[in-house]
Amino acid sequence: MPYIGSSVKRKEDVRLLRGIGKYVGDIHRAGMVHAAILRSTHAHARLVKIDAAAALKLPGVLGVLTAADMPGLKTIPMRTGVIPGLERSQQTPIATTKVRYVGEPVAVVVAENRYLAEDALEWIDVEYAAQGAVIDASESMKPGAPRLHDATPNNVAANFQVDVGDVDEAFRDADLIIEEEFSTQRHSAVPLENRGLVAEWDEGRGLLTMWGPTKMTHTNWRILSELTGLPQSCIHFIEPEVGGGFGARGEFYPEDFLIPFAAMHFRKPICWIEDRSENLKAMNQSRQQEHRVKIGVKKDGTILAMDAEILFDMGSYTRTHGGVPAIAASAMLRGPFRVKNYRCNVFCVLTNKTPVGTYRSPGRYEANFVRERLLDMVAHRLKLDPADVRRRNLIRHEEMPCDLGKHPFHSMVYDTGDFPGQFERALERFGYEDLKATCAAAKLEGRAVGVGIGCFVETSGIGPWEYARVEVDNAGQVVLYSGCNSVGQGIATALSQIVADELQVAIENVRVVHGDTAKVPYGNGSNASRSTVMAGSAAVGASRKVKDKLLRLAAANLEIDTADLILRDGRVVARGAPERAVSFKDLARLALPGAALKNGMTPGISEEDFFATDKRPFPYGVHIAEVEVDKETGKIKILDYLVTEDIGRKINPMIIEGQMAGGLAQGIGGALLEEFVYDEDGQPLSTNFMDYLLPTAMEIPKAQLISTEDFPSPHNPLGVKGAGEGGITAAGAALANAVSNALGVEVKKLPLKPDYVLQLIKDCQAAG
Amino acid sequence: MSTRQVCLTINGREYTGAVEPRKLLTDFLRDDLGLTGTHVGCEQGVCGACTVLLNGEPVRSCLLFAVQANGAELKTVEGMAPNATELHPLQEKFWELHGLQCGFCTPGILLTAEALLKEIPHPSEEQIREWLSGNLCRCTGYQNIVTAIHEAAKTLSERRT
Repeated sequence: MPYIGSSVKRKEDVRLLRGIGKYVGDIHRAGMVHAAILRSTHAHARLVKIDAAAALKLPGVLGVLTAADMPGLKTIPMRTGVIPGLERSQQTPIATTKVRYVGEPVAVVVAENRYLAEDALEWIDVEYAAQGAVIDASESMKPGAPRLHDATPNNVAANFQVDVGDVDEAFRDADLIIEEEFSTQRHSAVPLENRGLVAEWDEGRGLLTMWGPTKMTHTNWRILSELTGLPQSCIHFIEPEVGGGFGARGEFYPEDFLIPFAAMHFRKPICWIEDRSENLKAMNQSRQQEHRVKIGVKKDGTILAMDAEILFDMGSYTRTHGGVPAIAASAMLRGPFRVKNYRCNVFCVLTNKTPVGTYRSPGRYEANFVRERLLDMVAHRLKLDPADVRRRNLIRHEEMPCDLGKHPFHSMVYDTGDFPGQFERALERFGYEDLKATCAAAKLEGRAVGVGIGCFVETSGIGPWEYARVEVDNAGQVVLYSGCNSVGQGIATALSQIVADELQVAIENVRVVHGDTAKVPYGNGSNASRSTVMAGSAAVGASRKVKDKLLRLAAANLEIDTADLILRDGRVVARGAPERAVSFKDLARLALPGAALKNGMTPGISEEDFFATDKRPFPYGVHIAEVEVDKETGKIKILDYLVTEDIGRKINPMIIEGQMAGGLAQGIGGALLEEFVYDEDGQPLSTNFMDYLLPTAMEIPKAQLISTEDFPSPHNPLGVKGAGEGGITAAGAALANAVSNALGVEVKKLPLKPDYVLQLIKDCQAAG
Repeated sequence: MSTRQVCLTINGREYTGAVEPRKLLTDFLRDDLGLTGTHVGCEQGVCGACTVLLNGEPVRSCLLFAVQANGAELKTVEGMAPNATELHPLQEKFWELHGLQCGFCTPGILLTAEALLKEIPHPSEEQIREWLSGNLCRCTGYQNIVTAIHEAAKTLSERRT
């Protein structure tokens, strides 16, 4: 039975369950010392003076580094999402003359242990000259607002447009035009493991080793080389176990420069593990967008045009992802619907808050919320069923592949799928028609029960390439060296399944190596639900080359034509004569240089492959939520929830369902609980887990999670579409629609915290 | 800074160490004793990743000083499996039912679950969720954890009969 499609237990789990997996904080090097980072307490200020004299006198303190100790500092470059203009607000790894958010690194203390390093932080005296902070994106764009960066006079780091069809003409034919403002709040990935790094400098050999980089090890490897001037061949990155990523962990952060710099400076192995309070101020935040959207429709609900303006609050600096959340929001605001005339004007706006990066389903979560709310408002105004408005506009199977028109930064050709079919099956499964009656009956009893739909198209499998090398080692075991990374998603298991099927070996005999730059020369990492798509496809290519080599070696050994040989259980076997066989282990011996060179073959059983594509798969699906709102307290209880998603082909259904469930939990957190709140001076108020609320087992319901493989992607040999983000992407949309339905209100912002829900109820009552 | 002697039993083995009074139990376990299976997620007692059993009760090792555990009997995740080849029924079910992804919260959740099943051998789903409410998991959405604990309870009760 093939491994692909089977819910095999994960290879990663036993060590994690036994508590013997090594995360970065578990790594210990002889003579290791500890770093702590002094962070700005001001949201916007000039750095006048840093006096570390008192800290330096403390016992156990090795030293304090500031920008003055790091001549020739460069800014951290963008790795993707490059929009012209964004380069003007890139960040140096440590503040030089100004600080622009609370949490920005100002100094690095190195001491014998973490307690002493943290003690010393309190003895560093920093003099700031406050410059007035600007917190709100709209305010920041106004004349006279405090300017964050000299090179961006109006605090707009970048601006771009999407323009498809003729929007103005289309609006002239509309029976109804609705114009609304929506907003999504600042929240983020918040993985349970805080960030950390261990850096060790071998002064004698000039080699730097670093444990902790993840997500895009090879990208960060190159960036560190560029920032330090140390060749990549002298830098060795090793990815340990990773306690959750979700987009935020593993980007190149200021600390990714500061810690190796300190290790080289003090000539000691240095460990830095941030605490939660730092994490909630210094790790990429996300999701904060304001949308002003105008939609024009016919009486029957047919969409004629959409015209949007998006303010992307990017915080104080451009980070490595560039403008991905803004790009994705503007690209995917149309979702699975036919919007032939579409205009979007996007402003990437600087504010004195923690810089923003990608978080699982970046830009799409926001855009889905906005569009799905708008469609429900259209339905309410036209007295149509929200499902009917969607039916009217869903792109049909016969329209695939569907080109949505040019976007300056995003591939926009939907590859394949049946959006209406998926939609109808979701409604049927959830019992949507019956539920409408149930909700109406509950309302008669005075209960606020509602149902809400959120349709989505995801983007996944981003290229442009991925690397794989497959080898058969001396024990006959198969090893895959992959350019992807593990962020806890189970990628080693999924890739093992793929390779085991290609080479017909037991999955126990496949090992996956990733995140180690000494063993894997190239990689693009794990982001944008790309690992199974890109790394999986590269693994297929390399496996097939290895298969060919195994067959050729066996053919020479057994004196049988390759066409008459097959792979079976770690051996090459003669078709129809299984007693004539040779094991992978014996073939590995025959491939050693001595024998191979004598036989005119390239030594070794090791083959590389790159899988390259610019075309992206687009998974798609539906969220439906049923909620009850307590009208006294504003508390929302999720009564039932369904996610369906077509992901082309399933490698491991258990892992896929796990991704959907985990994504959904985060989506619920983002819709109901999570928010980074700042006061008017830019002081962050959500800097611990009492104030930044992650959902617990009490808030997350048992959901119906349905993945389908009806439409394999034509863009890769596996047909897979990437399954990491469908669970989260329309949760804000479906919950906001369900709450609106339950209360007879129009939700226009997230999160749906009790105070906002109560305000909606009050406004509704006041309006009669 | 002066140090105090701490002597305690962890997973059936005796350990002694000299610690500063301010050293957290969690740091003592991880840094001094090398028991890094106990994880630190928030250092303020909210996330539950550092949960260990102290004289059989689940506690947050980030909210205790090492000196407070002097003389105590501790159990950490490293002490759950009966030997190097077998797993505890909870670990088995977490593996089988995909009750973990990144694994960072897992040790604390396993120990909380062990304490739960000792106190309530056949917990309802509601009881399991209530016991879990002090342990944050950012990956799984909890459902598979709940199911795994439920199934482990069955295995444990079969073994008892």
